[in-house]
Amino acid sequence: MTDPMPRNQIQFGVFFQGVNFSTIWTEPESGSQTDFESFRRIIQTAERGLFTAFFLGEGLRLREHLGRLHELDVVGRPDAQTQLAALAAITTRIGLVATQNATYNDPVDLAHRLQSLDLLSDGRAAWNVVTTDNAWTGANFRRGGYLDHADRYTHAEDVVNTVRAVWDSWDDDDTPGLVARELKHYDVRTFGRLPRSPQEHPVLFQAGDSSEGRDFAARNADVIFSAHGQFEDAKVFAADIRRRTALAGRPEDDLKIFPGQQFVLAETDAEAQEKARWVVERQITPATALAFLENVWGTSLQNYDPDGPLPDIDPVVDVTGETRGAGFRAQKTRETVAAWRARAEAEDLSIRELVIAVGGRSQGGIVGSYRSVAELLARFADERVVDGFNVSPYLVPSGLDDIVNHLVPELQERGVYPSEYRGDTLREHLGLRAPLSRRGGRADAARTAPSFDLV
Amino acid sequence: MTSRPFALVVELDGHGAHPAAWHADGRTTRGLLRGARVAETVRAAERAGFTAATFEDAPLAPGLSHGARVDAVQRAAFAAPLTSAIGLIPVTHAVYAEPFHLATQLATADFASSGRAGWIVGVDPDARIAASSGREPVDAAQAAADASATVEVARRLWDSWEDDAAIRDTASWRYLDRERVHYIDFEGESFSVKGPSIIPRPPQGQLPIIADASAGVPADVALVASSANATVSAARAAGAGLVWLELEVALDHAGLTGAERVARLDAHEPWAVGPFGRYLGDAAGLVELLTGLLGQVDGVRLRPAVLDEDLDELGRAVLPALRRAGAHTPPAVGATLRESLGLPASVNRYSTKAVTA
Repeated sequence: MTDPMPRNQIQFGVFFQGVNFSTIWTEPESGSQTDFESFRRIIQTAERGLFTAFFLGEGLRLREHLGRLHELDVVGRPDAQTQLAALAAITTRIGLVATQNATYNDPVDLAHRLQSLDLLSDGRAAWNVVTTDNAWTGANFRRGGYLDHADRYTHAEDVVNTVRAVWDSWDDDDTPGLVARELKHYDVRTFGRLPRSPQEHPVLFQAGDSSEGRDFAARNADVIFSAHGQFEDAKVFAADIRRRTALAGRPEDDLKIFPGQQFVLAETDAEAQEKARWVVERQITPATALAFLENVWGTSLQNYDPDGPLPDIDPVVDVTGETRGAGFRAQKTRETVAAWRARAEAEDLSIRELVIAVGGRSQGGIVGSYRSVAELLARFADERVVDGFNVSPYLVPSGLDDIVNHLVPELQERGVYPSEYRGDTLREHLGLRAPLSRRGGRADAARTAPSFDLV
Repeated sequence: MTSRPFALVVELDGHGAHPAAWHADGRTTRGLLRGARVAETVRAAERAGFTAATFEDAPLAPGLSHGARVDAVQRAAFAAPLTSAIGLIPVTHAVYAEPFHLATQLATADFASSGRAGWIVGVDPDARIAASSGREPVDAAQAAADASATVEVARRLWDSWEDDAAIRDTASWRYLDRERVHYIDFEGESFSVKGPSIIPRPPQGQLPIIADASAGVPADVALVASSANATVSAARAAGAGLVWLELEVALDHAGLTGAERVARLDAHEPWAVGPFGRYLGDAAGLVELLTGLLGQVDGVRLRPAVLDEDLDELGRAVLPALRRAGAHTPPAVGATLRESLGLPASVNRYSTKAVTA
């Protein structure tokens, strides 16, 4: 007698957002966004639910709206790596993912801090690579806005390769080796300061959705985030990513797929639908609805009633820009406004109703009873549409309780969710192979070669 | 004698201050780089009653692998949720780093510790550090100026949110009041920073800033190598509210005198005499020495020769004796580092409300 083939499984990560309107701050159960206790509660709940990873975002300048600080959403986040170092002390298994900008961090310092987190946590660290090119963010940093939009992925790849070279710089008898690299905008020269952790390198995450971003992930990342969290869409995305990964010379399952997703759950489907309505009405307040339109219209709409019809004025579009991008954006704005007007008219929607329809997570979220959502996720697992979901809780710090207490057991019963951590390191939890620059014997490819497009 | 508390601070770096300390503790490099080591040492320091622990760092590779260390701010952050009274003070080098990142990292450590973080400002113009970040090297004078500018940027960023900026006003649907969040518009010789901070004002408002008295950086606490009147007076004249003496220690332990322990380790690699004073001897002698410093300096930072051995003796024999003598009070659970050091509450430079005395 042999056991039946085990079912394919999905995993969960959690994204403590700290910005944007998806986190509800108006309710009595909305806790602090800053106090360490909120982070402790979320990550310990996630670890109780055998989550693969805890994820922190990063934005290096406070959001503005129409030229002034944006006031309507939760805001004010800790430094990702410092916070994860603190959280490492009160957890033992869960992965710790830090979003870190490849443009406004110095690669050697970044490499050292990520390696530090990896060692402190016994091999649980990950880097979510993001790129920014705008001079607006650069105003907080020494180099200012030095990077052209077109160069951002090239530069990010240079930075990733430099970071890996630092991680690979200690040889097997613990002698620090020299890392000297010429990047397009500056050169760096250093000796690595640390040995590798139990998982060798921090895991690499990436979230670009453009064709260029997907190829970047296919060449460099271990995990890709996406916004493609609904079944059919996710299926198309997975096929595309696996094709690109294979084209980059890697096994097609080498890049794990974790779309971001909101889950609204209850005992019954009807209760869950009702709860989803409650959630979206608190995410998209009347003020947020107006601000959402103002972003597209490019001007103040404070004289309009959020419960009334869409503004009758034309959007203010920037036609002075000389680049093709500006013209393209102006055209896109006009098309968006036209489409929204048509929809609002056809369905008789107010401003707020329209924004809920087009911008609310209810459309992109997964809503249902514990049982029916478990059935749906089992389909995701069986058809290998995703490797996991990165959950965005709409409430802090109680937002994972439903998932961990009710959904996880339903999934485990069906054999589509882990019943224990697979190993000790994040790399082991994810079932990843060795780091890209450390496959096939000698590990110093990244130290000597300018890049490793094909491994 | 002042009413100011006398601070007892301990450096928790690596195996200890002696370069051959690793021969005494038998620990591996990798074992030392784990969170478990941070947990063990900081808990021992808190149990002993130290006012604060410091975490040394340097932006250059160690000469030998046993000198490797993980990022000091991360060590302090890791220690934060495991402790409840002791101050946590990392060294962060400020000459070539990004001031915006440093300020955010340190503020985060302050949140994680509920107001127990400090900052020792490292000022090192070494051209190799510049090369590692792709920047032009600067001379010593410029290094001091740039580090001071970095401190100024951090101080402004920490004040850039007023304490009550997150208003959560459901009448206007505003989470934030933008009038209580401020651009810092720092324009310096070597860099400029727009602000505001991306993290709210830390629990202490301003973290205590500590620097070597010779570093040329404005600080709340100056570290001095000598308790001579002239040295201490000069540090106070330069603006430091508090002065701490640096002191290396090797105590009698496990049947060996401090001097014997050091001699054994010196056989592997000598402990070069640096700028700091060094005490070798029994606990009673150290208690006497420290008691004699009351009124001269505001605290002492001890650099134990071998952490595993000397931290044990300090906690067993030295700090309890000082406590009994009324020379030292351990920090209170829940107290901020500013409170434990006797520093006044910090006033926000951007506060739009009238400050009452």
